[in-house]
Amino acid sequence: MNDAGPLLEVEGVSVRFGALMALHQVSLRIERGEILAIIGPNGAGKTTLLNVISGFYHPWEGRIRFAGRDRTRLKPPDVAELGIARTFQNVALFKGMSVLDNIMTGRLLKMRGNVVLDALWWGPAQRQELAHRAAVERIIDFLEIQAIRKTPAGKLPYGLQKRVELARALAAEPQLLLLDEPMAGMNVEEKEDMCRFILDVNGELGTTIALIEHDMGVVMDISDRVVVLDYGRKIADGTPDQVRKDQAVLDAYLGVAHD
Amino acid sequence: MTTIEAGLDTFPKLVRSNAERRPHKIAIREKDLGIWQAYTWRQYFERARRIALGLAALGFARGDKAAIIGDNRPELYWAVAATQALGGVPVPLYQDSIEKELAYIVDHAEARFAVVEDQEQVDKLLHIRAQCPRLESIVYDDSRGMRAYSDPCLISLAELEERGDKLAVGQPGYFDAELARGSADDVAIICYTSGTTGSPKGTMLTHRNMIVMGRNAIEREGLRHDEEVLAYLPMAWVGDHIFSYAQSVLTGFTVNCPESAATVLHDLKEIGPTYFFAPPRIWENLLTNVMIRVEDAARPKRALVHFFLGVAQALERARLHGRTPSAWRRLLHPLGQALVYGPLRDNLGMRRIRVAYTAGEAIGPEIFVFFRSLGINVKQLYGMTESSALVAIQPNGDVRLDTVGTPLPGVEIRISEQGEVLYRSPGVFVGYFKNTEATRQTLEDGWVRSGDAGFIDAAGHLKIIDRARDVSRLAGGTIFAPKYLENKLKFSPYVKEAVCLGQDRPFVTALVNIDLAAVGNWAERRGIAYTSYTDLSQRAEVYDLIEHEVRRVNASLLDDDVLKGARIRKFLILHKELDPDDEEITRTRKVRRGFIAQKYAALIEALYGDGDRVQVQAQVTYEDGRTGTVRADVKIRDVALRATAAGEASL
Repeated sequence: MNDAGPLLEVEGVSVRFGALMALHQVSLRIERGEILAIIGPNGAGKTTLLNVISGFYHPWEGRIRFAGRDRTRLKPPDVAELGIARTFQNVALFKGMSVLDNIMTGRLLKMRGNVVLDALWWGPAQRQELAHRAAVERIIDFLEIQAIRKTPAGKLPYGLQKRVELARALAAEPQLLLLDEPMAGMNVEEKEDMCRFILDVNGELGTTIALIEHDMGVVMDISDRVVVLDYGRKIADGTPDQVRKDQAVLDAYLGVAHD
Repeated sequence: MTTIEAGLDTFPKLVRSNAERRPHKIAIREKDLGIWQAYTWRQYFERARRIALGLAALGFARGDKAAIIGDNRPELYWAVAATQALGGVPVPLYQDSIEKELAYIVDHAEARFAVVEDQEQVDKLLHIRAQCPRLESIVYDDSRGMRAYSDPCLISLAELEERGDKLAVGQPGYFDAELARGSADDVAIICYTSGTTGSPKGTMLTHRNMIVMGRNAIEREGLRHDEEVLAYLPMAWVGDHIFSYAQSVLTGFTVNCPESAATVLHDLKEIGPTYFFAPPRIWENLLTNVMIRVEDAARPKRALVHFFLGVAQALERARLHGRTPSAWRRLLHPLGQALVYGPLRDNLGMRRIRVAYTAGEAIGPEIFVFFRSLGINVKQLYGMTESSALVAIQPNGDVRLDTVGTPLPGVEIRISEQGEVLYRSPGVFVGYFKNTEATRQTLEDGWVRSGDAGFIDAAGHLKIIDRARDVSRLAGGTIFAPKYLENKLKFSPYVKEAVCLGQDRPFVTALVNIDLAAVGNWAERRGIAYTSYTDLSQRAEVYDLIEHEVRRVNASLLDDDVLKGARIRKFLILHKELDPDDEEITRTRKVRRGFIAQKYAALIEALYGDGDRVQVQAQVTYEDGRTGTVRADVKIRDVALRATAAGEASL
């Protein structure tokens, strides 16, 4: 793997749904080890951008390079295998399954199955499960959700479900973690917790993070760099301070008439 | 006084002896990564030795103090033993202390070292360092979140132990020599008492205090090396130090550290302790949890549980009062045992309990009877920091509802002319650290003034009425024991905390804190919507509920000739929970009367005024130390007035 250069490069990517241009010639780079925030008014194309990166949508034009390799047209499972994991804007957990099992599903791509051995739970199958369980337990410890290990995910309050979703994404040991509004609908305390976890994931595990977030306080506090989208175009890209002063950004947010 | 064997006269020496005599016996467990990780006595001693050597490498000298801050973790217990092995004194602190309290104690104790659990405690200590000039090194166990810290005073426990290993190479006999220099009369620990008045006081206890008193209790209670205890109460509290450290080292039994504060009940179930300690508050929580779940069960199950619980409680009450229970109840008991009591006990994680204690505050008779009726040997214990936590315990087979039991071996009790309980025992502390004035006031010729009013009954049991200084009189001269009333109120599952007032006033009033879990559940069942604690607390339905409880307390006072004049006339429900962060109650949840009288002066005046509501603004301190203001309209309910109104209506 190529260790120099940005982790992910998006070059002139456009996405259209019929006549609607959801993304228009967007280019951006995600550097290794950084926290990048993608912000913009509603309908600016933020989630679309995340969906393109995770392989859920394919760009109409443009290229995406991950770790120096072109992977514009990969499917989501292949993208996950490459080391990109994500969480969703609306929590997407298996509601009837325990927190532990939910996080275990994050390890699926790393499991090497053998029907007979798995059924007998013997030898390599047993060792494999123990190793995966240990990895999951480290994440449970990391995100401080020991007390809900055996609780069905659907019974948890919203803030905790979000945390479990983050845990599941981390279970895949991603190089790049995509978070779609990780703090939506949370109260101040839950947001503070989530911020700390995001910073810890970035700092302790060295995971590169790209996140969409509406809470500007949070964005300005935790991100190294901010990319601003408006009507499918990138209108700014820089440090939180630069972006805060950018006239185009102010216009987009304060609502100047578009020609 | 019991003699102490030479070579076994300090706790670290006893740890070494355990490591030699029972090297493979499990000394301590900690649930980590979802698994109970066990450490033997040999490992216990080895880690304590390495930590001690590491501290020595940092320059730890005999007599130095080390602050110990964090949840119950094996590493912190080892640090206690390590500090003692070097002739130093561990000073455990409450892990949820705010910076002001922390700064006072760390500075007052002259701690040069601190051994802490994690980043949270490191942050607090770094903040207060300017106020604690003697603090030199902070050792942390959990390195999570510590990557960006470069302060030279910080060192991880792993690095510390490595430095200890290096020191051991150069000076192989250092540790043994230091260990041998310790003696029974060295101060083994300084426990700062939270204190309902004034600044915390540092109670100095020696190895001899805790070895002799710990042994006396072990013999009386028949504790063995195969006990299992759950160490979940704060390490700063003397009880945890006695039960989870001193007695464990003395007998060799196993201490279990829960995974996190949130998992305690679950871990309790997994461990199934044989020896268990809980303050009344925890027993109440357990009971509330059980009853909520029973109420959620299907109707036949619920009826079955209620029926058999009724049988068992009637049996237990008869036994506690020394009567013979009725024959049919005795016949039904085995059936109840199979259907209800056994499974319930198992579900609580209390199937194996041989000895359990409740102490610190009076326990509600309903709660006490409930657990005893299930066959759990809960007993009341009386003690305080100054007595190495141990003064009196209810003997097995001689448990009563209203006493705290008989004095332990070696303990003498007498009652002063003012009615205050005085005691003398081998466990009595040597003094308060750097506070001779307070020592002189409390300790006289070896007798400790407990500050509690009480008496010894005909059977030799000690009975505690109230804090001596809290017993007072109403304006009319009627005797008024506020805590007695408060405890009666708190026996209701809906009342979390209560403060009764009445000294030099015409009648008694009460400030009540509702229990959010219990009242919230009650409200949900009745379809009463609420948005917040404040909102719920001011619902008329909730006032009716609490009024019912107040009336129950008032009715129970009618039997008592002395106290029946002090019935509660008016009450209000506080709009916020009393909180140690706001200094309204201590960390061990004792009400700070003086502070509350000052802070809620407006509310109290309103209680003695004519209005039926009062506007309040309260300062609250958030967990991060910021302060804010809560505004609310608090209603006042007059119990007596409504009684007349209801009476007239019924005519």
